Amino acid sequence: MKTKLAALAAAGMMVAAPALADLVVPNLSYRTGAYGANGTQYADGFNDYFTLLNERDGGIGGERIQVPECETAYNTEKGVECYEATKAEGLVYNPLSTGITYQLIPKVGVDKKVLYTPGYGRTSAKNGKVFEWVFNAPANYWDGASVAVKHLLDVNGGSLEGKKIALVYHNSAYGKEPIRTLQDLAEKHGFTLIELPVDAPGQEQKSQWLQIRRDKPDHVIMYGWGVMNQAAIQEAANINFPMENFIGIWWSGSDIDVLPIGAKADGYKSLAFHGVGTDYPLYEDMQKYVIEPGKASQGGQHVGSVLYSRGMYASLVIAEAIAKAQELAGTSKINGEQLREGFEALEITPERLAELGLPDFGPEIEMTCANHGGSGMARVQQWDANAKKWNLITEFTEPDQDILNPLIAEDSEAYAKEAGITPRDCN
Amino acid sequence: MFYREAGDFKTTYRDDSQTFPIRLDRIGYYVILAVAVLVVPFVINDYWASAVLLPFLIYAIAAIGLNILTGYAGQVSLGTGGFMAVGAYAVYKLMTSFPEVSVVIHILLAGGITALVGIAFGLPSLRIKGFYLAVATLAAQFFLVWLFNKVPWFYNYSASGQINAPTRTVLGWAVTGPAASPAAKYLICLAFVIFSAWVARNLTRGMVGRKWMAIRDMDIAAEIIGVNPLNAKMTAFGISSFFVGIAGALLFAVYLGAAEVTEAFGINKSFLVLFMVIIGGLGSIFGSFAGAAFLVLLPVLLKNVLVGALGWPTDLAAYIELMIVGALIIFFLIVEPHGLARLWLLAKEKLRLWPFPH
Repeated sequence: MKTKLAALAAAGMMVAAPALADLVVPNLSYRTGAYGANGTQYADGFNDYFTLLNERDGGIGGERIQVPECETAYNTEKGVECYEATKAEGLVYNPLSTGITYQLIPKVGVDKKVLYTPGYGRTSAKNGKVFEWVFNAPANYWDGASVAVKHLLDVNGGSLEGKKIALVYHNSAYGKEPIRTLQDLAEKHGFTLIELPVDAPGQEQKSQWLQIRRDKPDHVIMYGWGVMNQAAIQEAANINFPMENFIGIWWSGSDIDVLPIGAKADGYKSLAFHGVGTDYPLYEDMQKYVIEPGKASQGGQHVGSVLYSRGMYASLVIAEAIAKAQELAGTSKINGEQLREGFEALEITPERLAELGLPDFGPEIEMTCANHGGSGMARVQQWDANAKKWNLITEFTEPDQDILNPLIAEDSEAYAKEAGITPRDCN
Repeated sequence: MFYREAGDFKTTYRDDSQTFPIRLDRIGYYVILAVAVLVVPFVINDYWASAVLLPFLIYAIAAIGLNILTGYAGQVSLGTGGFMAVGAYAVYKLMTSFPEVSVVIHILLAGGITALVGIAFGLPSLRIKGFYLAVATLAAQFFLVWLFNKVPWFYNYSASGQINAPTRTVLGWAVTGPAASPAAKYLICLAFVIFSAWVARNLTRGMVGRKWMAIRDMDIAAEIIGVNPLNAKMTAFGISSFFVGIAGALLFAVYLGAAEVTEAFGINKSFLVLFMVIIGGLGSIFGSFAGAAFLVLLPVLLKNVLVGALGWPTDLAAYIELMIVGALIIFFLIVEPHGLARLWLLAKEKLRLWPFPH
């Protein structure tokens, strides 16, 4: 039986990897599993932007982009399998999972592939001296925590002295990331931090909200993902927690998080590092070249939603980096190393965004050898339950770099020591 | 005809009680072993190592461990994921605290630590059995995962609670960390698989194994004929956890390289290994391998056929894959409740008689 299975498996794997000649950007997506509802929308946006480039411009620099999908179900073992299955041709990886990112960080350095983790992954990967192959612009978890606290400072007249802030977080690597930053910020601004972990996937959080009702924090910050967001917003509505004092990270701020709660979710806030909706000139092209010819991923059912826009934004940054790499390398057929050069020289100015048909869509991105995380700027958006749309209520805000930089240096140095990496010289 | 024992005479008890009494089986076993050790390491690539062979070998060790406890000793356990986590965190702490000691020793020590934890959680088995014991071990699963997530000492106070395996070498070859070659990772796992299967096979056909089976078949009768239940049950829990701990250590250090306890060692792992044991065959070492192969290789094969060859959408393929694996599990449980190992035995019986069934 064992040999028979092995023979079958061998037969199956012979036909596995299709021969690919173009530039390959694998999409390690998840459309099933506990977070499938979120992963689907992101994957659609990721695919559609490259489809648009292929259809409208014939790819990037004359090279068509192939986006083979591989289903990870947010599972690290499947993520590793997907990475190994595609790495022969793949240039850059964006697994949309902090767990898989941690898995891949050591591997990409050896295989010379770029790991691009916008808004998630390992925060201290911002330090390009240690994490040569990882990029997490435009913002990371610690930026998010700092921008959220800055917003709370603004709404509290500049002082959080004596206030209580609760952090409701996904009890995993992802949710734990901001704790250290928030502890330092609590010390700096004099507020008390209450930490409330919620176990994955997150439907069960009655006791956490009971504690919130008892402790009466002035504000709640949430680091959730998937069904945990809906459950939390519903629980907050149940205990009549004022929604405008409830602020989520960008992963807790999509349409599907608030729509099921209905009118009671009105006023809920979340961070955002990109615009949403279809009121951008780019969508005319998208309509013409992708949606109408029926080439949109899954028929384009999620176009314009928050997570679709985020997937699209991720491909936009990758596409810009590919173009930059082609320019620097002087060839259109680039490899992983050249793409990394492209990422390190990447500059996306507001003018460039407008040129791409997405004016004021994201923050300005400027990456260097030492800074792989950009400026870290983010905005705050607020849910309007009647109009069923997110409204941006602040401008792009810069996080508190005085707090973040020492933390990033500390964490990346610890990693370098553990992994035996000598930080490179970036001058 | 194809598979016969004519001329294969046994004249001593020693011959009669060997693991592979039929010569063809014996030769087959040596051939497989030779191919695994002498051929595979030279042709293996990253994909085969990381997606197919490493998980197969590591889950085979875990399945052997659980099979000792559930298949041979009859103690139902749902704590496998938790015990694997103990192995993983033990090896992580040992690797980072004593970097100069060989990782092989660390993995064995991690198995030993898991054995102690397993014995501690096995103590209730003296008073309770069956479903009640399953619930007690389920508590171990949740408690251990919670503990490793809660106490920062276990993950060396890293910001995210993830653990990362640093590079460690055996005889100058890196076996953990990103620089490890697929062949080195494969060989270290293979060595532990051969060691585990050899130890387990010999334990189960000796006095210890007979005591376990006596307890499994009827504990009161076993006690009357002089089997000490405390001794038998605790050795079963200890040895089972030892193998499960080794599997957890290898899963984290060699295969994944980084792990997050809730995701990598959750309740799903316990179920996965339990299904491997049930499908492979309770109380069979070969069954542990067959079950691990079935549940590790089949999904990868289906994915490659459905997405790679037929070009189906990945989500549809993932659902179909779940349905096919689920249906096959039900099919096997109905047609052959004793698992793949029993099917294999039946096939061998038939082949020995073929073409004259009577």
